[in-house]
Amino acid sequence: MPKRTDIKKILIIGSGPIVIGQACEFDYSGTQACKALKEEGIKVVLVNSNPATIMTDPELADATYIEPITPEILEKIIAKEKPDALLPTLGGQTGLNTAIKIAERGVLDKYGVEMIGADYEAIKKAEDRECFKKAMEAIGLDLPRSALAFNMNEAREALAAIGLPVIIRPSFTLGGTGGGIAVTEDEFEKIADVGLRNSMISEILIEESIVGWKEYELEVMRDNKDNVVIVCSIENFDPLGIHTGDSITVAPAQTLTDKEYQKMRDAAIAIIREIGVETGGSNIQFALNPRDGRMVVIEMNPRVSRSSALASKATGFPIAKIAAKLAIGYTLDEIRNDITKETPACFEPAIDYCVVKIPRFTFEKFPEAKDILGISMKSVGETMAIGRTFKEALQKGLRGLEIGHTGLDDKSDYKEISDEKIKLRLREPNASRIFYIKYALQKGYSIDDVFQLTSIDPWFIDNIKQIVELEAEIVRSPQSIVHRQKIATKKNLSTIDYGLSTALLRRAKQYGFSDRQIADLINLDELSVRNLRKREGIESTFKLVDTCAAEFEAYTPYYYSTYETEDETRISGKKKIMILGGGPNRIGQGIEFDYCCCHASFALKELGYETIMVNSNPETVSTDYDTSDKLYFEPLTFEDVMNIIDKERPNGVIVQFGGQTPLNLAKRLKEAGVPIIGTSVKSIDRAENRDKFARLVRKLKINQPANGSAVSGEEAEKIAKRIGYPILVRPSYVLGGRAMKIVYDNVSLGEFIKEAKDTSREQPILIDKFLEGAIEVDVDALSDGEQTLIGGIMEHIEEAGVHSGDSACVFPPHTLSDDVIDTIREYTYKLSKELKVKGLLNIQFAVKNDTVYVLEVNPRASRTVPFVSKALGVPLAKIAAKLMVGRKLRELGYTKEKRLNHISVKESVLPFSKFSGVDILLGPEMKSTGEVMGIGSSFGIAFYKAQIAAGQALPVKGKVFISVKNDDKRDIVFVAKKLYDMGFEIIATKGTSKVFRSNNIETEVVGKIGEGDSEILELIKKGELNLIINTPSGQKGQSDMKPMRNSAVMHGIPCITTIQGAQAAVNGIETILKSDLSVKSIQEYIEES
Amino acid sequence: MSLNKKMNAVIALEDGTVFKGKSFGAAGERCAEIVFNTSMTGYQEILTDPSYKGQFVLMTYPLIGNYGINPEDVESREPFVEGFIVKECSRIASNWRSQETLREYLKKNKILGIEGIDTRALTRHIRLKGAMKAVISTVDTNEKNLVERVKASPGLIGRDLVKKVTCGQTYTWPQPPEKQFKVVVLDCGVKFNILRELAEHSCEITVVPATTKSDEILKLKPDGVLLSNGPGDPEGVSYVVETVKELIGKVPIFGICLGHQMLGLALGGRTYKLKFGHHGANHPAKNLKTGRIAITVQNHGFCVDINSLSKKDVEVTHINLNDNTCEGLKHKSLPVFSVQFHPEASAGPNDAKYLFHEFMKTMRKHSAKKNRH
Repeated sequence: MPKRTDIKKILIIGSGPIVIGQACEFDYSGTQACKALKEEGIKVVLVNSNPATIMTDPELADATYIEPITPEILEKIIAKEKPDALLPTLGGQTGLNTAIKIAERGVLDKYGVEMIGADYEAIKKAEDRECFKKAMEAIGLDLPRSALAFNMNEAREALAAIGLPVIIRPSFTLGGTGGGIAVTEDEFEKIADVGLRNSMISEILIEESIVGWKEYELEVMRDNKDNVVIVCSIENFDPLGIHTGDSITVAPAQTLTDKEYQKMRDAAIAIIREIGVETGGSNIQFALNPRDGRMVVIEMNPRVSRSSALASKATGFPIAKIAAKLAIGYTLDEIRNDITKETPACFEPAIDYCVVKIPRFTFEKFPEAKDILGISMKSVGETMAIGRTFKEALQKGLRGLEIGHTGLDDKSDYKEISDEKIKLRLREPNASRIFYIKYALQKGYSIDDVFQLTSIDPWFIDNIKQIVELEAEIVRSPQSIVHRQKIATKKNLSTIDYGLSTALLRRAKQYGFSDRQIADLINLDELSVRNLRKREGIESTFKLVDTCAAEFEAYTPYYYSTYETEDETRISGKKKIMILGGGPNRIGQGIEFDYCCCHASFALKELGYETIMVNSNPETVSTDYDTSDKLYFEPLTFEDVMNIIDKERPNGVIVQFGGQTPLNLAKRLKEAGVPIIGTSVKSIDRAENRDKFARLVRKLKINQPANGSAVSGEEAEKIAKRIGYPILVRPSYVLGGRAMKIVYDNVSLGEFIKEAKDTSREQPILIDKFLEGAIEVDVDALSDGEQTLIGGIMEHIEEAGVHSGDSACVFPPHTLSDDVIDTIREYTYKLSKELKVKGLLNIQFAVKNDTVYVLEVNPRASRTVPFVSKALGVPLAKIAAKLMVGRKLRELGYTKEKRLNHISVKESVLPFSKFSGVDILLGPEMKSTGEVMGIGSSFGIAFYKAQIAAGQALPVKGKVFISVKNDDKRDIVFVAKKLYDMGFEIIATKGTSKVFRSNNIETEVVGKIGEGDSEILELIKKGELNLIINTPSGQKGQSDMKPMRNSAVMHGIPCITTIQGAQAAVNGIETILKSDLSVKSIQEYIEES
Repeated sequence: MSLNKKMNAVIALEDGTVFKGKSFGAAGERCAEIVFNTSMTGYQEILTDPSYKGQFVLMTYPLIGNYGINPEDVESREPFVEGFIVKECSRIASNWRSQETLREYLKKNKILGIEGIDTRALTRHIRLKGAMKAVISTVDTNEKNLVERVKASPGLIGRDLVKKVTCGQTYTWPQPPEKQFKVVVLDCGVKFNILRELAEHSCEITVVPATTKSDEILKLKPDGVLLSNGPGDPEGVSYVVETVKELIGKVPIFGICLGHQMLGLALGGRTYKLKFGHHGANHPAKNLKTGRIAITVQNHGFCVDINSLSKKDVEVTHINLNDNTCEGLKHKSLPVFSVQFHPEASAGPNDAKYLFHEFMKTMRKHSAKKNRH
C-alpha cells in the first residue's frame, strides 16, 4: 500500500527534558521520524521543551515549538497548526501520555486530528494493567498469577492459589512502603498483615514472584497489511527484578533454544495484533522460568523505546524511521533496507556479533542513596559495545563506561573481600555486581555457586570465568614461552621479561582485554603493550554492522572493532575529519554534547569533508548510521580511538565537542601525533590547569576570586584565613563539581579535609574565595583565531555557588547593567585572543557589586550551546566546526552579535524523585539530568513556561509555605507581599511570620519540624499546599527541613530553595495572571529577530 | 579447557583459500560443499536436517552451543551435516532441557567441528565467490595437499544424495488422536517437523523411501502426497521426478524445498544452482495472491527457474523479496502446489505454517470431488 495522500501535516510530540528513564533515545527516534516524514513531503509540526535536542533544530521540522509538553499547550498548538494527524509513539512515555490526555479532552475530535501508529484504544489496552491482562488471557498467553485481597483470609486464599514466593504490594501507599517478597508462610503472614494496615484502603495485591527468572525483550514492527517482523531479541544479563534500563543487556538472546525463541516470537506477534498497534514498533517483555521454561508476558510498550533505540543500533535496522514511514501508509516490503539497498525492510536482521549494553550510574552524586537496584530505574546513561564474542563486547563495554575500569579489571583485591560481602553483593542487585562475580570466581566459587546467589544464567557466568582464567594465565604465564630475545633487542623494553606469547596476547585481545588492562597485569605501561602487540602483528580489525550477517553487500559504513583476520574498512582518499563523541550520558555530560558533535558532522559534510564519528552511546543521534559519513561504534579510550586513527588517518580530529570525555584524551592523542584541530591542546591546558590559569588572568588583568591549593589541614586553614570565609573547596582530581563544597568555618573545613583525604590519594585540595550573593554569568562565544563573536550572555537565576548546570538562566541577561555586560564582553575577547581560540569558548563569570570575576574558561563546547543556538536561531556548533577547519567568521557572514526581541529561560530538571532520601538542595555539585527551555516576550512568561516544562508548574492561587534563612528575610518580604496581594494564603514558621506580620502580610503560623511539629507534613500529604519556598541555612537548618522537601518532591509540589528562584517565580506568576499563555514556533521567533 | 590445548583444524577451499582453527568435534577429514547459515538460533535442528547431507555448515552467528543439545529438538534420526564451522563453541550448555554439550554431541556422532574461525570473513568469501567445495581436516594441515584433495572431490551438481538420507523402509509416524487425512510422505530426507505438523493437522502418516514407485504410493490410497525436503541437486534424483510426474493429477501433492524443485522439474520447468543459496531463518517470502509476507526458513542451493514455468499451466505463488526468485508454485487446475521455503519452520519462524492448512483444504476439496464422482 503506498503512502496515504490524505495526510499532509503531522504533529510529533517529543519527550521533553532528559530524566532518568527517558533520555536522548527519543531525540534519536524523533529526529529519524522528522527526517523520514519530511523526505515524503509531509509537513512536520514538532513540540518539545528540550532545546538540547537535534529534533528541535529549525531545519528538521516545518514548525518547531519549544514549549511545555502539556495538554493545554498542545491544544493551542493544534488549534493554530491544524495538523491532519498526530504520531504519538515516538516521544516516549511523555509523548504517549500527553497524546492520551488530549484525546480524552476531545481535542483531537474537535480539530479532526487522527492518531496514527497506535490509536487511543490500542494505547489504553497496552498501558492499563487490567485491560492488558484481559487481552493476554484472551489470546491464551500466560502472565504472573495475581489476586487482590482485602483481609487476611482473602490473602491466605490467594496465596493458596498462587503459591510461594509471592510479591505483596499494598495499594495506595507512598513509594511501595509496606510491600515485600515473601518466601515462607511466616513471612507472608507478616508482610500481608503490615501491607493491609499500610494501605489506605486496606488492599493488597498478591503476585506470583518471578524474581530471578530470565528476562527478554523483543522489538516488533507491524505494517498496515499486518506483516510483522521481529527486529531484535534482547536478553537481560541480570534476571528479573531489576529494571531493564538498569540491567546489563545482550543482543541477540543467547540462551534460548529455537523452540523457546519461536514461542516468544509467536507470542509477540499475537500481542501486537491483539493490542492493535496498527503500524510501527513495540517493545514486548517476557520472563522465562529457567527451571521449566514457563514463559510469561511482563509488559508491552506500544511505542518506540530505549530498547528500540538499542535494537536499532545493535542491528542497523532504523526502527523509528521505518515506524514513521509505516504510519503514513507504506508497508514493510515497500521500504528499502538502507544498508543493503537491494533488499526490503521486510525481514529480520541477522546479527553476526554480540552486543552488550551496560548502564551507567551516578550514585556517587547522591551519597545518601544506596546503589541497590530494583524495579525503579536509577541509571542515567548507557554504553553499548559490539564484539565478536560476549567476552569481547562485555570488556569493551566496561571500559566504554568511563568509570575508571579498563575492562573486567580488579579495583579491589579479591583476597581482601570477605565471603560475607561477596555473597551480599551477589545476592543484592547493585551497580558493581559484575565485578563481584569476578571476585567470587577468583575466590574459587563455582559457576553454580554464583548462579545460586545471582540467578544469572550460567552461560554468562562461564564467559566471565573464561575472562578470569585468561587473566590468570596472563599473570602467571611462564617465562619459557616468551620470545624473550625478540623483546630484549628492543631498546625501550630491554630489561623486562614479559612472559607473554603472541598467541596468548592475541587471545587476550580477542577476549576484549584492553592494552591498559594487560599492562596492569604484567606491570607495564599501556603504550609498551600497544607497541608490543603491534610489532607482533596483533592489530584491531573492523567489521561492518550490516543487518544481514554478510549475506548481502552493505553500503553503510558502520563499523566495530574486533581481533579477526579480515578488516572491512574502506578507506577513502577524501579529506576527512574525525569527531570524538561523549560516550555514555552522565550527570554533567549528556545530550548537549551529542548535539554539538552532530552539528560538527553536519557542518563539515557541508564543506565537503568526509566525517567520521566515534561514540559508544546507543541512545544518541550521533550514533545513527546516517549522521556522519562513517560511524565507528567504539569506546572512547586512547587505545580504541588510536586504532581507528591508525586506519583512517584523518586530516583532523575534533575533541572540543564531546564534553570532558574526548578532552581528556586530547593530550595523549596530541603526543601520539594526532592532528587535533581547533583550539590548541596547549591552550586547553592553560585554561584547565589552575596555576597556569591564574597566571593567565593576572597577565590579562582580569579579576579572579582569591584562591590557593593545600595538601594539609594547616595549609588549608592558612589559605582560608588569607582569603576569608566563605570558601569553595574541592579535591583537585574531580570533575563536574564532584564533592565540591561551600565552607563557612574552620570546623567544617577540617571535616571536609578529613573526608577528602580518604579518597583523594594525596591530591591537593583546591580553595577559592566564595563570592556570596554574586550573580553568575555564562558566556558562549565563537572565535576563528582572530575575531571573536559572542553568541550569548546568560544570567543565572540562582546565585553563584549553585552549579551552573543546575541553575536556571535567562538569555539575554535581565538585571545586568550595560557596564557590566561591556566588561564581560571585553574579558571574553581578551581571553579568547590570548588562548587563540578556534571554535567554541565558554566562560563563567561572577558579578558582585558590579565587579566582574572570571571563574573558569572552557575552550570547548558547553552545555549551553544548544540553548543559545535555539534562542538565537544561529547554529553555534556548526559555525564553530567550520572555524576549526580554517574558515573565518567574516567569510561565513557572522560578525555581529544578534539582538533578540524575545527572552529565553533555561531551567534544569532534577532526579530527586528517583532517589528517595536525597535532599533536593542545590549546591556546587551538579545533580540535574536535563533541561528545558521557555521562550516568551517577557522574563515572567519565559520563566513560567520553563517551570511548567520542568514539571514544576507554578500555582496561580492557593497556599504558600515560606521558611527562609535570616539573610533572606529582607528579600522574602517583598516576595511574600506580592504573593499575598495576588491572593495567596501565606503560611510560615514563627520567625518568618513575625517579619511578615510586621509588614501587614496575614500569615498562618505552623511549628518547626525540627521541634517535633509535623503539621506542615500533614498539609503536604493532604495536598493542601501549592508552593513551598524554603531557603535553609547551616547544617541544622538544612536537615530540619529535609523531610518537608522530600515529601514535597514525592507529592509533586513545587519547592523553591533559593531566594532568587522565589523572586523569579513570583515574577512569573504575576505575569501569567495578567496575560494568557500563547505559543510560537522557533521559526517564527527567528523570522522576527 | 583453553583454546590452545585443543587440536588444530584447517578448512581449505577449492579456490585455495585456507582458514585455520581448532577442532571441537570429531577428528578426521572430510570433503563437502561449504554453505553459511544466518540463523541465530536452532543449531540442533540444522545439524539434524538431512538436507545438509554433503555440506559443511558455517554458522554466521558467532556464539554457538550455548543451550546445549536436548533429545526433543531433532529433525531426523541423526545429524547429517558433514562438518560444523563456528566462531566460538560454548564450553558449557545452559538450558533446562539440555542433556549434553554441543562438543560432546559432535564427537559422539563423529561430526567434524571447527572453531576459532573468522566466520564473517569466510562468509563474505562465499558470498563473493559462491558456495564451493571445501575440506576440513584435523589430521593433515598441509594446505597444498588439502586443496588438491578438495579439487578432486565430487561436487553437488547432478549427485544423488537423497539415497543417503531417505528411510530404508516404509514406516508410520505416531498416529494423531483424530484422523482426517491419509498422507504419504515421499522421504527424500524429511524433517521430523513436517511430520509433526501433519500429525498436528490430524493426518495419518506413512513415510515411504524415495525410491518408492507411484503405483505403490497410490496403492496406499492416500488423500495427499507430500514431497519432502532433501539434500542436493533435484536433477540428481530423476527417478523421484519421474514418480512425481506419474502422481500429478492423481492425488493432491504438496512439495517442500527439494520437493518443490522436483515438482518444478516434473511440471516441465528447469532448476539451476544459486550462487550461495538461501540458508537462514529471515527470508521474506511474499504470497502473491494475498500480498502478505512471511518471514521464512530457507535451506536450498538450487532453485526453480521462474521463467521456465511461464508457458506452462503453472503459476508462481510466492517470491523471495530479497532476490525475486521463485518461492512457490501451483498448478493452475490440478491440486498440486509447492513452496521452496520450509513451512514447518524448525529452526526458524512459524509464519508459513498456514500452508499445511492449505494442504488440508486441498485434500478436503479433492476428496469431496472424488466422492461426488
